[in-house]
Amino acid sequence: MLCKAHPRAKSSNLAFHGLTALAVLIILAFLGILLGHVLAHGSGRISVEFLTASPTGGMTAGGIFPAIYGTALLTILMTIAVTPVGVATAIYLSEYASKSSRLAQFVRAAVNNLAGVPSVVFGLFGLGFFILFLGGAMDRAIGAETPIWGRPSILWAALTLSVLTLPVVIVTAEEAMKTVPRELREASHGLGATRFQTVLHVVLPGARAGILTGLILAISRGAGEVAPILFTGAANFLPRLPTDPRDMFMHLGYHVYALATQSPNVDAARPVLFGTVLVLLTLTFALNFVAILIRSRLRAGGNR
Amino acid sequence: MSRRRGIPRWHGVAEFFIVFLAMAAIAAIILIFTFIAREALPLLWEKTETLERAHLVVPQLWHGYEEPVAVWQPVGKVPKYNILPLFVGTLKVTVLAMLISAPIGLASAVYLSHYASRRVREVVKPVIELLAGIPSVVLGFFGLMLIATWVHATFGFKYRLNGFVAAIALSVTIIPIIFTICEDALTAVPRPLIEGAIALGARTHQVALRVAIPAALPGIAAAMVLGFGRAIGETIVVLMASGNAAVVDLLDWSASVRTITATIAAELGEVPRGDEHWRVLFLLGSLLFLMTFLLNTFATFTVARLSARLRGETR
Repeated sequence: MLCKAHPRAKSSNLAFHGLTALAVLIILAFLGILLGHVLAHGSGRISVEFLTASPTGGMTAGGIFPAIYGTALLTILMTIAVTPVGVATAIYLSEYASKSSRLAQFVRAAVNNLAGVPSVVFGLFGLGFFILFLGGAMDRAIGAETPIWGRPSILWAALTLSVLTLPVVIVTAEEAMKTVPRELREASHGLGATRFQTVLHVVLPGARAGILTGLILAISRGAGEVAPILFTGAANFLPRLPTDPRDMFMHLGYHVYALATQSPNVDAARPVLFGTVLVLLTLTFALNFVAILIRSRLRAGGNR
Repeated sequence: MSRRRGIPRWHGVAEFFIVFLAMAAIAAIILIFTFIAREALPLLWEKTETLERAHLVVPQLWHGYEEPVAVWQPVGKVPKYNILPLFVGTLKVTVLAMLISAPIGLASAVYLSHYASRRVREVVKPVIELLAGIPSVVLGFFGLMLIATWVHATFGFKYRLNGFVAAIALSVTIIPIIFTICEDALTAVPRPLIEGAIALGARTHQVALRVAIPAALPGIAAAMVLGFGRAIGETIVVLMASGNAAVVDLLDWSASVRTITATIAAELGEVPRGDEHWRVLFLLGSLLFLMTFLLNTFATFTVARLSARLRGETR
């Protein structure tokens, strides 16, 4: 009851309570307005035809199937590339490196920094390293006259994205491996298992759900990024679907960007735009939601 | 590692690959910088007819101008590559975005860690994580369509797309980052400190302002630095919502703004490889990489120091 001496303390506490609650409300309101707006304008557009047909009429009519297909193929290739590298790094950091290891500290610092590299810089990197350097070298090796590998394609875009999403996979996978109880590892060692056998039969099975969460988060991040694929393989419009890793591709996010900024008739493109935004948003939200669900279930299980 | 009986030979190979692949992150950082700088560095020794290195930063008296000016005008009879307006543009948008998102991010973190009930926390935290998952192209689109219309109707700026619109859209991308790190730092404050303050009769706002926030200050600072770094590097949001005219007016937020990232994204597609324009764009990319690298390293060190300090205080 000390505070009775300071009647102002009660009212300033109330004011502070209100102000901080207001900040949360602003965030929630923004999210609500965004979702409401996109749902109101986009849901009318969604139909079987929209999801399964190609764009027509200068992209203002028809569907967005090639963009859905391109996004899916891109993220599949990206996942194939990022999974082994990300999981191996997590295994190294969590199971092999000692706490005081200099090398492990460097790896951690690199992962932290990689997470902060601007997305457009990844685009420059993909162009400079994958397309011009690697692709150029492959073209010279097979003696190609015109660039076959050394030009934008879905393969290079997927590899660029895999570098961008690498930190997401590493951090979540390592976190998942840390939750595997130490006693299980010790029991495994006690039975005569080697460190690698313990990783294979104890740590990886125990961390499976957490690793999956990391991959889902990486897919959701990779599916929405536009800046890294601007120069590495995304195309505005393609008459046919990509069938070869060296083909270019259409992409949901790039479709939104191109329609909103470069379309000669934005008003005519608006329904398609909102429909595409709704599809993209549904996709990333669904992925994130699943990841959050798995994660909260894991956390609840870990406390027991 | 010596091979024991009954252990398959491929286990040793797999262990080698684990350590090998674990170096990928280090390799990526080195390769990113090397291959971006590789395209930019020839600027240092290559002689070109139109571009003097000093022109990149020093204002020039161009034909048709009254006094020396710093302009970014890469397309035209006499291309002008002064990068200062782009830095000013980036700074303008990011500072305003930080002014919006820092108080909102920190205040909501304080609310969740000190006032909110457990049930509210369990709903609001995932929702803000969901906000972080919105692709930047969707936020850019939202800025272009809705925020721009709203700002135009409310403030009546001359240009529909401007620095203010871009800053609002940009702040949405960094609020989740600032919120998450601030919230982590505030919940990491040792319970005895908080409980001690409550036992002394402090109200919640006094606990938050005089105990929790000071103790978590390095983490909060790191949150701001990381948010700033993310804001500098955000591309698609500013590209879609800022209007993209390179104007060098530090204080006029109603004018159109062109940032470093938007310039790279918008112009690189049209430039032939090896052109001086190409090289300057890669130079901008290298500078962007260096800036975010320094900010990240700084933030990482501050967080490490914070956890060391908090551990020291509890013992």
